[in-house]
Amino acid sequence: MVKFNRFTLANGLRVIVHEDSTTPMAVLNILYDVGARDENPEQTGFAHLFEHLMFGGSVNIPNYDGPLQRVGGENNAFTSNDITNYYITLPSANLETAFWLESDRMLNLAFSEKSLEVQRNVVIEEFKQRYLNQPYGDVWLKLRPMVYKSHPYQWATIGKTIKHIEDAKIEDVKAFFKKHYNPQNAIMVVGGDVKTEDIKAMAQKWFGQIPPGEKYVRSLPHEQPQHEERRETMTAKVPLNDVYIAFQMEGRLDDSYYAVELMSDILSRGHSSRLYRSLIKEKQLFSEVHAYITGSLDKGMFVLEGKPLDGISTDQAEEALWQEVERLKQEEIPADELTKVKNKTESTMVFSEMSLLDKAMNLAFYELMGDADDFNKESARYLAVTAAQIKQQANLIFRKDNSSTLIYLAERVNEPVHIISE
Amino acid sequence: MNILDRKTPPQFNGVENINLIHPQSSKLDNGCNLFTFNSGGQELVRIEWIFANLRFDPKKPLLNVAVNTMLNDGTSTLTAAQIADKIDFYGAFLQVDYGYDNSQVTLYTLTKHLQSTLPVIKEILTDSIFPEKELETYIRNQQQKLQVSLQKNDVVARRTFNKAIFGPTIYGSAAEPDDFKSLKREDLQAHYKEMYQAGNCTIIIAGKAGQEVINAVTETFSGTWGKETVAADTLQPALNPVADRFIYVEKAEALQSAIRIGMPFINRTHPDFPALQVLNTVLGGYFGSRLMANIREDKGYTYGIGSGLTSFKQAGSFFIASEVGADVCRAAVAEIEKEVNLLKTELIPDEELSLVRNFMLGSLLGSLENVLSHADKFKNLYFADLDYDYYERYTQTVKHITAEELQALANKYFNFDDFYKVIVGKY
Repeated sequence: MVKFNRFTLANGLRVIVHEDSTTPMAVLNILYDVGARDENPEQTGFAHLFEHLMFGGSVNIPNYDGPLQRVGGENNAFTSNDITNYYITLPSANLETAFWLESDRMLNLAFSEKSLEVQRNVVIEEFKQRYLNQPYGDVWLKLRPMVYKSHPYQWATIGKTIKHIEDAKIEDVKAFFKKHYNPQNAIMVVGGDVKTEDIKAMAQKWFGQIPPGEKYVRSLPHEQPQHEERRETMTAKVPLNDVYIAFQMEGRLDDSYYAVELMSDILSRGHSSRLYRSLIKEKQLFSEVHAYITGSLDKGMFVLEGKPLDGISTDQAEEALWQEVERLKQEEIPADELTKVKNKTESTMVFSEMSLLDKAMNLAFYELMGDADDFNKESARYLAVTAAQIKQQANLIFRKDNSSTLIYLAERVNEPVHIISE
Repeated sequence: MNILDRKTPPQFNGVENINLIHPQSSKLDNGCNLFTFNSGGQELVRIEWIFANLRFDPKKPLLNVAVNTMLNDGTSTLTAAQIADKIDFYGAFLQVDYGYDNSQVTLYTLTKHLQSTLPVIKEILTDSIFPEKELETYIRNQQQKLQVSLQKNDVVARRTFNKAIFGPTIYGSAAEPDDFKSLKREDLQAHYKEMYQAGNCTIIIAGKAGQEVINAVTETFSGTWGKETVAADTLQPALNPVADRFIYVEKAEALQSAIRIGMPFINRTHPDFPALQVLNTVLGGYFGSRLMANIREDKGYTYGIGSGLTSFKQAGSFFIASEVGADVCRAAVAEIEKEVNLLKTELIPDEELSLVRNFMLGSLLGSLENVLSHADKFKNLYFADLDYDYYERYTQTVKHITAEELQALANKYFNFDDFYKVIVGKY
C-alpha cells in the first residue's frame, strides 16, 4: 500500500506527495503527457530529441546538471511512445534545489543553437548505437509499421530515420515546448523524506507563477482493427534467424489488459512458463523464446519472438509458436498455473515498494491513467482474472488475420575479422 | 508579492552522516558464515548463498560458469521443471549469478513462503546432478547466444581488453563458441562437489529477517551438507598481461567504433583506492565528468562515455569506454588522451572539486535505498577482507583530499602511452 496526498495548483499542475521517512533521500518526478505518438509524421523522433534539449539550460539557469550534482543529486529521463518522464534523486535536505531547477525549465528553456547542434549529434549516435550498429537493433523500425497503419505507434521513439533528427530546427523546438511543456500537461510526484505541508509551500513558491499554457487536446488517428495476415522477410548480417509474430491488442486502459498480461506471463515468465519449457527444453526448437506486451496506452502489441536452433526452419519455428497459442484458445488454463502467475504478480508488487523511485514513477503514471490510487488496486485486478477470460482473450488476439510476422534471416557470410596489433 | 529570485541557487546542505547498517553475524556448525540485515517494512527477504570460484583451469575455462548456471537444472529428486514450478508457484525468484571471484544463488521470497522455498535451495546446493540432456541444451543455447554477443562491438572490445590486461586467467579469459564443446558432465560434477560445500559458503540475509527467518535458514543449512575432506581450492594464478598496447579489431561496415582504454590497476584493498575514485569521478565517473562534457556534450561524438575502476579479489582495472561515430574515432581517442593528461598538468579547480565531493557523497547516500543495498555495501567490504573503517576512510577522503594530492596521484598512476587501447570497428 503506497499512501499519498494530492493537490492541484491554480495553473493546473497536479502534485502528489508520498511521505516515506525510512530514507534520507527525496525524489522529484515530473511526467509530461507527451510522447512519440504526439509527433508530426514528418518530424519523428522529436519528443525524444526534445528530452535531450531539456538538459541544455533554462531561462534563468544556464547549466542544469552542475547545480544538481553540487548538492549531491542525480537525474535522468526517458521518452516512450506515450510519455516523457524526468526524475531527480537527492538528499532530502536539498530538495529545494530540485524545485528550483525543474520549475525554471517548465517556465522556459534557453533554446541555444549550440545545444541543439550538439544534441542532434548525440541523438544520431544513440540511433546508431541502439538501432543500427546492433544485431537485430532495427527490428522495431520494421515491425511497428507492419502492425500500425494509421496510428503514430508506427514509429519508434528514436524516430523513423536519422534525417528527421538532422532536420530539426530551433523554431520547431520552441513550438513543441509551447504546446506540451506547461503545468496543465504535467504531473509532479515528490516522495521520500518529505512533509506534504512543506511540499505545498515549495510547489506554490516555485511552480505557482508559471502560466498555465494551453491544454493540449490529443486527437490521434485511430488504428483500425486488423483483418488481414501481414508478413515480411528481411535479411541482415546477424548470426541467427529470428522470428517475430506481433498481434494487435487493446490498450492499457481496457478492462481486458489484466487477463492479457497474465496470459503473456503464462507463456513466457520464468523457467516454468510454457514457451520456455515446451519449446526450449522439451521440443528443443529454440535457443531463446519470449512473449511480451508493449503496455501502451492506445492499442498495444502482443509479441511472440524466438531464435530457432540451427537446423530448425523458420516455418517449423512459426508453427511451434502457433501451437502454443492454439492451446490457449482451446483449453482453459489449469487453476494451479493461473494461481502461479497471480502469485508472481503479487510478490512483484511487494518488491516494487522497496524502491522509492519506482513508487514515484508509478504514482505519476497511474495518475495520468486516471487516478494514482489505482496503483494500490492493481493486485486485486490481477487476482480477479479468470481462466475463462484468458481463453476469451486468446481467441480474440491470436488470429492469423490479426498477425504481423517478421522473419529476420541471417545472411550466411563469414565476415572476415582483421586483428591488427601495432 | 515578492519577485522570486530564480537566478540564485537555493541554500544547500552537505551530507554529514552516512549510517551503514552492520549485520548480525553467526556461524553454522558446518563452518558456513551467516550474516543478517534485518530491516524494512515489506514482508520479504533476499537470501544469497555465495561461493568462491575454484582455481581457473585454462583448458576448461567454462567450468565455474557452467556449474553455476546449471544449478537449477535438476537434482536427484527434482527435475529442472519441478524446481521452476515450485519457485514460481510461491511467487519467488531464484537467480544464479556468476562473477569473476564468486558464484552465487539468490532467492527473493515473501517471508510467508520461506518454509516452501528454502528446501528447494537446499536441494540445489546439496544434490544437483547436471543431467546429460540439460547439459546438451545448455551448450547449444549458450553457443547461439554467444554468437549474437560477438556481433556487438562493445562486447568484443571488453573481451579483447580484459584478455590483454589480465592474460589467460579467470579475469581475462572469455569463452569462444567452441569451448562449450569441451564441457563434460563428470567435470561439472567434480567441480560442483568441491566448490559447493558449506566451508566455501557465505549466506547473507537481507529484508524482514527476524529470528524466525534466521532460525529457518540455520536449521535448513546446518549439518553435514557438502562437507568434503578436501577444502575448495580458490586461489587464482597470477595475472599475465600481453605486451602489445594497441589492439585494433577491424569491422569494415561498422557505423560506430567501440573504444576501451586502460590498464591493470590497484583494487579496493590499496590505500590509494578511495582517492583514485575521486580522480576517476572527475575524469569519467558521472554525467558532468570531463569526458562527458567534452566528448558528448561539446563534440557530440558519442551517446555516452565513461571511466571506471573495477576491484576483484586478486586484480583490478582502470578503464575508459565509449562507442563513437566511426568517422570521429581518432578524434575521440585524441580528446581522451588530452583529458587524461590535463589531470597530470593542471590542478582541478576548487569549484569542480567541491561539486565532485558533494556529488559522490550524495551518490553514496542515494545508493543506500533499502536494506538490500546495505547488504551490498557489506559484500564490497567482506569479500575484499576490509571492515567498515573503509567507508569512514572513503568519506573522509572524498571530503578532504586536495587538488595537489589528486594531481600527484594522476602522475603516479596515469601514463597514456602505457595504457592498453582497444578499438573495435573502424579507426
